[in-house]
Amino acid sequence: MKGLIGKKMGMTQIYDETGRISPVTVLEVGPCTVLDQRTEEKNGYSALQLGFGKKKSKNVTKAVKGHCEKSGRNENPPAYIKEIRLDKDSELETGSEIKADIFNVNEYVDVTGTIKGRGFQGVVKKYNFGGGRFSHGGGWKRKPGSIGQCEFPGRVDKGKKMPGHMGNVRRTIQNLKIVRVDANDNLIFIKGAVPGPTGGVIVIRSAKKKTAAK
Amino acid sequence: MNKTMDKINKEQCRTDLPDFKAGDTVRVHAKIVEGKTERIQTFTGTVISRQGSGIQEFFVVRRIAFGQGMERGYPLNSPRIAKIDILRRGKVRRSKLYYLRDRIGKAAKVKEKRH
Repeated sequence: MKGLIGKKMGMTQIYDETGRISPVTVLEVGPCTVLDQRTEEKNGYSALQLGFGKKKSKNVTKAVKGHCEKSGRNENPPAYIKEIRLDKDSELETGSEIKADIFNVNEYVDVTGTIKGRGFQGVVKKYNFGGGRFSHGGGWKRKPGSIGQCEFPGRVDKGKKMPGHMGNVRRTIQNLKIVRVDANDNLIFIKGAVPGPTGGVIVIRSAKKKTAAK
Repeated sequence: MNKTMDKINKEQCRTDLPDFKAGDTVRVHAKIVEGKTERIQTFTGTVISRQGSGIQEFFVVRRIAFGQGMERGYPLNSPRIAKIDILRRGKVRRSKLYYLRDRIGKAAKVKEKRH
């Protein structure tokens, strides 16, 4: 297991050696600083606490600055701090930097991000309900219709799909393939889309369910 | 679009191809892979559309082959395009020449541009 914090730069398309087009998402990942370690011995699990980005020193509380002192980032504290779970204790030292080159081409990854918020939405947009007819004396257009029976059970089922807030939640897309790694600019090109808007913060981890293609 | 994306897209855009427009007659030399061997296939016809911009630009060439209309589209920046020859400049008044699809014979001809 390995992981990085990054930023979504946007989507485009690239050509491979055979001239085929792939739709790709470009992610700027790292450089991430190891701020702290979680070890089997001390914490009961293994993880790395990573910091990404930069924040002005004056905008950070003393508590965070003090926490970053171990890794030498107290003068330029990271904007985002996240923990990456590992299989076993890491050999990296606190304060070291990780870059995009820890991932290889053809490796599969899971990407986590916060999807775009859509606000309060009806059932047609939120759950793809069919809705009614707009013509021929329709009567109901984008309404949910019946939400249950009458006396029995006499209540609405739990989890009934209703209008409400849509989006702005954390989502992970699994088994995305890496098509290119640019170690100089810390860019990773992933085939397909990843959650969130351009500029959104994402976490990229090696895939849980799929190993690298041969 | 940010600077990073601009750079990625610019790097992939081809600058070696000639500038052609809708109405021009062109010969496209495309690399075709058959099993393990690679060869060049040419396709000659009138450009009836150029759409998109940057890395995504795409063009369509139309010709009449054996009495049958035939169209092929190519991504402009594809590395599979070996060469594009411009055979004739056309005089047209619109950017998409889809009206040529409804015409046959002499009516389907684009006038040559003369300076």
